[in-house]
Amino acid sequence: MLQYLNKHHAISPLPQAGRAIIENVSRRSFLKGTTGLVVAMQLVPFDTAAAFDSYPTNGLNMPNGVVNDPHVFVAIDPDGTVTIVAHRSEMGTGSRTSLPMIIADEMEADWDRVKIVQAPGDEPKYGNQDTDGSRSLRHHIQPAREIGAAARRMLEQAAAEKWGVGVDEVVANNHQVVHKTLGNRLGYGDLAEAAMAMDTPARDDLDFKDESEFRYIGKGNVQITDLHDITTGKAVYGADVKLPGMLYAVVARPPVVGGTVKSVDDAAALAVPGVQRIEMIPGTGLGAKFKPKGGVAVIADSTWAALKGRNALEIEWDDGEHGSFNTADYRKELSASANAPGKSVRSQGDTEGALANAAKVLSYEYYQPHLAHAPMEPPAALANVAGGKCEVWAPVQSPYGTRVDVADYLGMDEKDVVINVTLLGGGFGRKSKCDFAIEAAYLSQQVGAPVMVQWTREDDIQHSFYHTTSVEKIDVGLDADNKVVAWRHRSAAPSFLSTFVPDEGFEHEIEIGMGLENLPYDIANISAEQCKAMAHTRVGWYRSVSNIPRAFAVQSATAEVANELGRDQKDFLLEMIGPARILDWQASGLPQKFWNQYEPYEEFPFDTGRLSGVIELAADRAGWGKSLPAGEGLGIAGHRSFVSYIAMVVHAKVEDDGTVRVPRVDVAIDCGFVANPERVRSQMQGACVFGMTAAMLSGITFENGRVVESNFHDYEMVRADNFPEVVHTHIVPHPFSVHATGVGEPGVPPFLPALSNAIFNATGKRIRDLPVGDQLKA
Amino acid sequence: MATINVNGVDRQFDGDPDTPLLWFVRDQLDLNGTKYGCGTGLCGACTVHVDGVAVRGCLATVADADGKSVTTIEGLSEDGDHPVQVAWRDQNVPQCGFCQSGQIMQAAALLAANPNPTDQEILDEMQGNICRCGCYQRIVTAVRQASTGA
Repeated sequence: MLQYLNKHHAISPLPQAGRAIIENVSRRSFLKGTTGLVVAMQLVPFDTAAAFDSYPTNGLNMPNGVVNDPHVFVAIDPDGTVTIVAHRSEMGTGSRTSLPMIIADEMEADWDRVKIVQAPGDEPKYGNQDTDGSRSLRHHIQPAREIGAAARRMLEQAAAEKWGVGVDEVVANNHQVVHKTLGNRLGYGDLAEAAMAMDTPARDDLDFKDESEFRYIGKGNVQITDLHDITTGKAVYGADVKLPGMLYAVVARPPVVGGTVKSVDDAAALAVPGVQRIEMIPGTGLGAKFKPKGGVAVIADSTWAALKGRNALEIEWDDGEHGSFNTADYRKELSASANAPGKSVRSQGDTEGALANAAKVLSYEYYQPHLAHAPMEPPAALANVAGGKCEVWAPVQSPYGTRVDVADYLGMDEKDVVINVTLLGGGFGRKSKCDFAIEAAYLSQQVGAPVMVQWTREDDIQHSFYHTTSVEKIDVGLDADNKVVAWRHRSAAPSFLSTFVPDEGFEHEIEIGMGLENLPYDIANISAEQCKAMAHTRVGWYRSVSNIPRAFAVQSATAEVANELGRDQKDFLLEMIGPARILDWQASGLPQKFWNQYEPYEEFPFDTGRLSGVIELAADRAGWGKSLPAGEGLGIAGHRSFVSYIAMVVHAKVEDDGTVRVPRVDVAIDCGFVANPERVRSQMQGACVFGMTAAMLSGITFENGRVVESNFHDYEMVRADNFPEVVHTHIVPHPFSVHATGVGEPGVPPFLPALSNAIFNATGKRIRDLPVGDQLKA
Repeated sequence: MATINVNGVDRQFDGDPDTPLLWFVRDQLDLNGTKYGCGTGLCGACTVHVDGVAVRGCLATVADADGKSVTTIEGLSEDGDHPVQVAWRDQNVPQCGFCQSGQIMQAAALLAANPNPTDQEILDEMQGNICRCGCYQRIVTAVRQASTGA
């Protein structure tokens, strides 16, 4: 996400795949002995831009772009083992498996003989590694095929040379190259050295497999590579790397952002057996990017001693300017702001005039509090600063960003910093922010020993980079015939820009583009305004970001208007979307193009037909319109985000005591070509659970600048005793030519309004404030 | 000095007897499969067996386990082929995977005590283990598979 703030549409220099050299990887012990990487190779500079002409995505414009050279990503052992580098972080979506799987399929490698290794943070070598924005497959599916096709070509060429025949006489097939007529065979291991010593073939010489020849792509028959390790406890997460002589640290951080230590009495902490020393971490305020919040670190020979030591600290804090931040007051501020004109981000037709002349204006106000990501693995990182070098092991979404930030904070050269990426025990955007890795590196630098920083759950919930809080105000104008003639959406929400630059109280284009400026409705007069909201805590992106409150507001309001008019909610929603068309930003009253997840609009247009299509599909599969017992209802919502179209029908059952159960969800997803349908299904199941937590339970409350909630007793999660019981995922099939789009995030936004609409249809009670909490309790 | 049999091996510990089992197995024994998730018994990521019973490793202390047998995920089976582990793989349960050691240990203890639980018993027994990725649908299916061997 951050790179957008830096580049702001500037086109980065083209990635230089030809620059990729072997030192960084071959120094990694996990690759020792792999032939392809111990053979020095001459790489020709590779014209990546040309290679992407056929499949343009914003991947090329990301910092350090995209690399598609097999010499960087593939190594083959003499025993035939194919090692493929995963360069994106794995936090549960499965991309660490899916991208290598695509390479393996395209190069005709046998998946059972493929090993996956994780790349360290090195974007000049691997291309962009910033794992968020639901773009790992979107940006890398085609490069992965190019890597595979090039590797296959090199293997075929090597075999042809060995046999002294033309390359067109041979073909790669399931880990062997075969002579088409003579039947000679050479295994990939036998060809490894010769193949990997070859130059990368020119893009024009590559041929790609026909979709009918795929073994793994699109099949859902490949299990995640870490499955066995996960089920046996061997999978390695942030806190699972151990070094000789390492120390364990926990940090007491200022409870209010920008707060500082007024005084500290550490005598009792130092008296705890095992506690070795106390270190101060300098404080920061808002706008400090991912620099640590500061505080007092207790460093010990075990985690338990560090925790006991921290409990024994006596600290007096100076809270600073945000010490009066209170959620209850702030909500009133947001509401006042959203109920007055703001800065226009879209003005189509004459919305003010149409509202003034409307026969009736329906007004709705929706609220969502700040949220914390709460990944099951709280932040944790190990760092070792020694001999002028810094090595970090951390579960970070942006390993290269972490490398740059750690180097900057420590005053070291980036080339002296190594970031090793462990598995992420959930990310959801929290681990895009590398403050915890910087803490570990800083403390290691201070104490001269490896230091593991472990965040407790309380730390995680109380010192997050929070999902924005917002008031969304929607006014809908009806004419005398009850036709919708105007739609005005005002949004007041503090921006994550405040985490990077001095806060001006207005959002970044990314946030505006997530459901505020791009209402896909066929209405003559549409306006969208962002209303000022100053941040008083660290705001960061959280899975699906601003799409959550926007989809909740728009899709709730649509159902509310339908009810007001006595219309079927699904029919009315489809009528609002109108005929199938490509949204035209110029005709839509936008000052500039729709923010389109930075994807080229021509390639990834907003096609309202695809949105209507998933709404109809979900409705059909759910049996929309069927009669249900009292206290039960279906709710529907559709939303486009991360350039994917998803609609859901949620079946809610509200019990007499107000308990909400969800026996079934029908998800229809149109995310272009699907490489791994099994992981799409798991992501949709997960999105429903994540959405249900946000809808029913989650809210971060500030009192006097401090977060009230602290652990899972008051920041609750959906559990196994009440979760969306059966999630049916219906995937719209597409050929490879239809761009793959996001999967990790876009499932969440439609769930909340679909559930809320279902609750309304079950009970007649309209939820406008999130979370639902006790609102339905008798 | 506490003596605890961990995964079949007697281990001695002369440190703070209040040390939670979680940190004892992780920091002292390098058995890292047991995870820290909340430290207050609310999430189940640290679930281990003490004399066959599922307990939260963040609450049970070394003193509590003195003289007892502790099984962690690393000791649940020789080759990762406990029926619950097999079912977890068959059903492709994990997403990020972090909570799964605790989920598996909880499910294994459930099935040891009650080999054929009803669906409601599965939900009741598993509700103490949070999965933020939201794998519950598959967790329940996997427990059901492991219980019937189907």
